[in-house]
Amino acid sequence: MDSGLSPQDKKDLDKFIKFFALKTVQVIVQARLGEKICTRSSSSPTGSDWFNLAIKDIPEVTHEAKKALAGQLPGIGRSMCVEISLKTSEGDSMELETWCLEMNEKCDKDIKVSYTVYNRLSVLLKSLLAITRVTPAYKLSRKQGHDYVILYRIYFGEVQLSGLGEGFQTVRVGVVGTPVGTITLSCAYRINLAFMSNRQFERSAPIMGIIVDHFVDPPCSSQRANMGHPCNYRAPDEEDGYAGVQDSQEVCTTSFSTSPPSQLYASRLSYHHPAQAGAAELCHPAANQVIHQSVAKQFTFRSIYTDIRYTVSVTWRSVSPSDPVESLNAFTRKIGAFVNKSNTPITAASLDLPFAAFAPRGLDSEENDPMVQPPDSPPCPSPLQASLHSQGSDGSGQQDDFVMVDFRPAFSKDDLLPMDLGTFYREFQNPPQLASLSLHISSQSMADDLDSLPEKLAVYEKNIDEFDAFVDMLQ
Amino acid sequence: MNCRSEVLEVTVEARQVEEAMLALLHTILLHRSSGKFHYKKEGTYSIGTVGTLDIDCDFIDFTFVRVSSEELDRGIRRAVSEFKDALSISGSDGMGQISLEFYQKKKSRWPFSDECIPWEVWSIKVNVVNLANEQERQICREKVGEKLGEKVINVVEVINRHEYLPKMPTQSEVDNVFDTSLKDVQPYLYKITYQITDTLGTSVSTTMRRLIKDTLAL
Repeated sequence: MDSGLSPQDKKDLDKFIKFFALKTVQVIVQARLGEKICTRSSSSPTGSDWFNLAIKDIPEVTHEAKKALAGQLPGIGRSMCVEISLKTSEGDSMELETWCLEMNEKCDKDIKVSYTVYNRLSVLLKSLLAITRVTPAYKLSRKQGHDYVILYRIYFGEVQLSGLGEGFQTVRVGVVGTPVGTITLSCAYRINLAFMSNRQFERSAPIMGIIVDHFVDPPCSSQRANMGHPCNYRAPDEEDGYAGVQDSQEVCTTSFSTSPPSQLYASRLSYHHPAQAGAAELCHPAANQVIHQSVAKQFTFRSIYTDIRYTVSVTWRSVSPSDPVESLNAFTRKIGAFVNKSNTPITAASLDLPFAAFAPRGLDSEENDPMVQPPDSPPCPSPLQASLHSQGSDGSGQQDDFVMVDFRPAFSKDDLLPMDLGTFYREFQNPPQLASLSLHISSQSMADDLDSLPEKLAVYEKNIDEFDAFVDMLQ
Repeated sequence: MNCRSEVLEVTVEARQVEEAMLALLHTILLHRSSGKFHYKKEGTYSIGTVGTLDIDCDFIDFTFVRVSSEELDRGIRRAVSEFKDALSISGSDGMGQISLEFYQKKKSRWPFSDECIPWEVWSIKVNVVNLANEQERQICREKVGEKLGEKVINVVEVINRHEYLPKMPTQSEVDNVFDTSLKDVQPYLYKITYQITDTLGTSVSTTMRRLIKDTLAL
């Protein structure tokens, strides 16, 4: 009930929530672009930097966010979600995380809107900046390029977490109480990032040596299918297809009064210990030879990167019957890009491999694949607020959270029998250092030798007669 | 008013100490820094803009966000560098603790000096380990990255409880609450101190240093 709220405060609060939602989306998508973000501090307020933070606005992202909101605001029962997913060059895709901006009914009537709520929303955005670099999808997004891209999708309404697989984890970024409800920002992320299977790299023949980077015109965004948008960014001054940086239609509040006292607000947050998702790198041993050589010819994506470092040039087509990859645009969402194919995971103990569970295996049928047919998650009205996720990782399963870069010596067989070449290398890889070669000991002994030299010389000089007699004896 | 105290603990290799400390201290300061205040008439003020910067660690699989301010970064780096040097002097398997304390100044009459009243203290305990080979170092690199991620989540959880923060000051009082010496951002008044313990856990040399932003100067 906001009967106690003045019209001006209500108007301000709605404005804050609206721009907070838009900035949240910007921070999340920009954190998945694959590049490091850098913005400058400015001592003078510009009037367009909401929440006193320098967060650039990518026009396309703002457009998508506004389209999803459709004039509404996040409220009780109406959550705004940003879904981050990964799509491989083979067309497989997988949801990685879902960021949720929700509101519950717990109101804080006494809180000052234009001051405390605003500042706390600013702190929450800073927390979001920090947390977006911590979830496993961040590392994946930094490595996107040849073999996969990261997509985002914004939707409004009910939170959907079923695509995150079994045992997903949640992290609460923060909460801010307002007179109309408590804003909660959280992230549910997948932890079961299984290894990519061999078959995806065997199908596409590698093309040698072509690294092409060029900028192409941005595609028309109106025809995008519901598969998500690539996290890519073109600097506003290079745009000719978009309207450039959108002018803030409303200037953000930058003036505060020094008179109001700060409000105390304490809330207990339930901290879900995130499972060790590991490095979650998409480095497949066989693909190491393929990654820099294959240009995915089976799909056409068009991405634009501001930085020439990226070496992929792909064309994104929306809907076109003659398009060879029409299946991609149908968003079949073949969840199973990272398939842990083996039913009997090989333990590290038997193989002496650090991440042996993710060594490449033979092909298995998809029926047994838990990734393709994920088990049903138990229903819950507010999945992010209850400790609903299963703690899937135990001692032996913890290895499954890591992606192994397998050590493949040349000419070794593609099996894991003991005493193959790889095992031999591993066993004898780290022999202890010879004591005499230890720099410390050798330098010490040399120092000792040098120190004792004058004494030795003195002794020899004293016994010089003996030495002469010995030499004579030998002759 | 009781000072809020939070303790974080990390176990790292010697070469990771600097980056791990920078990551955590900068994460905390990101949340405890504001834009520059510009006071206007009628008791109102406006706030400048804080920029941010992603920093990739070289020895840890981790990226953290810091405030885009070279002055602030220099100050933190100086403190962390001293801590790191003190740790390495103490021995290869050293333990130490670096503390970031936010405080308010309370003016006193002459001849008494201003009082520093801490309102939040973050203590980061560091255990330094030695690793034997490159394989272990690679594993450590990833593990420490994950641990730092957990610590960042801890920090964010504490900060978002929105417990006590100093009241927003008037123009005359702003130097008692904020550090206004930086030209681009305005963190709350803070100081960084550290102490080193040997492997037995006893304070062999309790080295307390007051670094930048120290207020005690008679």
